[in-house]
Amino acid sequence: METSRDDFVIALRSAFLKKGTQQRFSLLSLIFFSIIFLILGSFNFKIINHIKTGINEIVYRSSFIVSVPEKLLKDSYLTIQNHNKLYKENEKIKSELEILKAKDLLNEFIILENQRLKKVVDDYLVKSDTIIAKVLSDKGSPFLRSIIINKGSKHKINLGMVVMDGAYLVGKVVEVNYLSSRVLLLSDLNSKIPVIVEPNAVFSILSGTGKDHGIIQYSKKYEDIKNESVIYTSGAGSLFKAGIPIGKINNNFLNDEKNIEFFSDFSQLRFVKVVSFKKSETE
Amino acid sequence: MTELRSKNLIRKILSNIPILLLFISVLNDFDFNHLGLKYFSFNFSYILIFYYSLKKSESLGYTYIFIAGLFNDVVTGTPMGLSSLMYLILCVAASYLRNITLRPSLINDCIFFLITILVINSLLFVSLNFIFNYELNYFDQIINITYTFLFYFLFSNLFDFFEKYLVGRNNAR
Repeated sequence: METSRDDFVIALRSAFLKKGTQQRFSLLSLIFFSIIFLILGSFNFKIINHIKTGINEIVYRSSFIVSVPEKLLKDSYLTIQNHNKLYKENEKIKSELEILKAKDLLNEFIILENQRLKKVVDDYLVKSDTIIAKVLSDKGSPFLRSIIINKGSKHKINLGMVVMDGAYLVGKVVEVNYLSSRVLLLSDLNSKIPVIVEPNAVFSILSGTGKDHGIIQYSKKYEDIKNESVIYTSGAGSLFKAGIPIGKINNNFLNDEKNIEFFSDFSQLRFVKVVSFKKSETE
Repeated sequence: MTELRSKNLIRKILSNIPILLLFISVLNDFDFNHLGLKYFSFNFSYILIFYYSLKKSESLGYTYIFIAGLFNDVVTGTPMGLSSLMYLILCVAASYLRNITLRPSLINDCIFFLITILVINSLLFVSLNFIFNYELNYFDQIINITYTFLFYFLFSNLFDFFEKYLVGRNNAR
C-alpha cells in the first residue's frame, strides 16, 4: 500500500518537474506562469494588457493567413452545395418543362380551334411581319413623345405600323424616311388608341398625357373600370390587332382620371419590334 | 551528400508539423463550423496535445503549448492564461500516464483521455462561470467532450500512421 502511494507520488512529481529534451521550462513552472497571467489579467495589470495587445496583433494577422485554407475548403463546400442545389433545381425545372409542354400542346389545340371558329364566323385572321429596329434617339421633350428608329422605307417600314417592346405596345410609326422612322409613343398627347379594359370588357380610348402615363377617355362605363384593370388594344378601326397588352389602371396618381401605367418603360427603350398585322390569305 | 541533407531537412519539417498543426488549430478555431452542424464540435488541440505529450513528448514543447494556449485565449476571448492552464494540465495528465504505463494500449489511453478532458472541461466551466462570469452552454460542452473523445480514436491512428510512415519514427506506440 505504502509502495503504490510512493509510485503515484513519484510519477506525479516526475510529470510536473521532469523536463524533456529541448524543454526549457518544467510543466510546473509554466502552470505557475499561467496562473500568474490569470490573476494579473483579472486585476487589469498594465503589463498583461500590453502582452495581450501584442499577442492580439500577432494573432489577428496570422489567423487571417492561417484561415486561407479553411476559407478555400468552405468555398469549395459551398460550391459543391450549389452544384447539388443546381442539380435538384434542374430536376425540378425538367418536370415543370414537361408540364408546360403538355400545356403548350393544349394551347396549340386551342389556337387551331380558335382559327377554325373564326373561319366559321368569317372573322379575319392576322399574320405578322416583324422587323427589329434599334432606337437611335429618344426625344424626351414634354411636347413630343417620340423615338427615332434605324429602319425606314428601305426595310419595308410603312406608316401606321405597330411598334412593340417585347409583347407590349409602345406606339405606332408616324413618319417614314429612307433609312429611319419616327414612332409616336402612346404617352404623347396626340396619341389616341382604341382599347378594351379587362375585366368587364369596357371599350374606350387611351390618350397620352405628355408624361409617363396615359389616361382613359370617352368611356360610358367609367365607373366599371377598377384599379389594376389591364388595358389591351381593342382592334376597333382595324388600326391594331386586338389583344396587345398596354398597361394597367393605376389610381395612385393625384387626379380624378383613370390613369394608365404602361407595362413598358418608354425611357428605357433600346430595341423595338416594328410589326405589321395583315389579314391572312392562306386561311 | 546533398540527398542526405535534403532528407534531413524534410524529416525536420515533418517533425515540426505537430507544432504547426497546434498553432493552426488554435488560430483557426479548427472545428468545422462552416458545415453548419448544430450538434457537432470537437477540440482538436486537446487531442493533439494529449497524443503528442503521451507518445512523443519531444515533438511539442511545453513552451509552445503554453504560447498556443495564450493564442487560443485571444481567439476565443477567454481570460489570458486559462487555455494555457488547461493545456498544461492535459500535458501533466499525459505525462503521468506515460510514467505509470508499462504496456500502452489505445483503450487505456482513450479512457484516461476521457477522464482528463472531463476534469479539464469541468475546471474550465467552473472557472469561466463562477470566477470570470462567462456564460457557457452546458449541453454544448457535453457535445464537445463526446466528439473530442470519439475523435481521439481516429486521430490517434492517423498520428501513428504519420509518425511511422512519414516521419519514420517507429517508437510512436
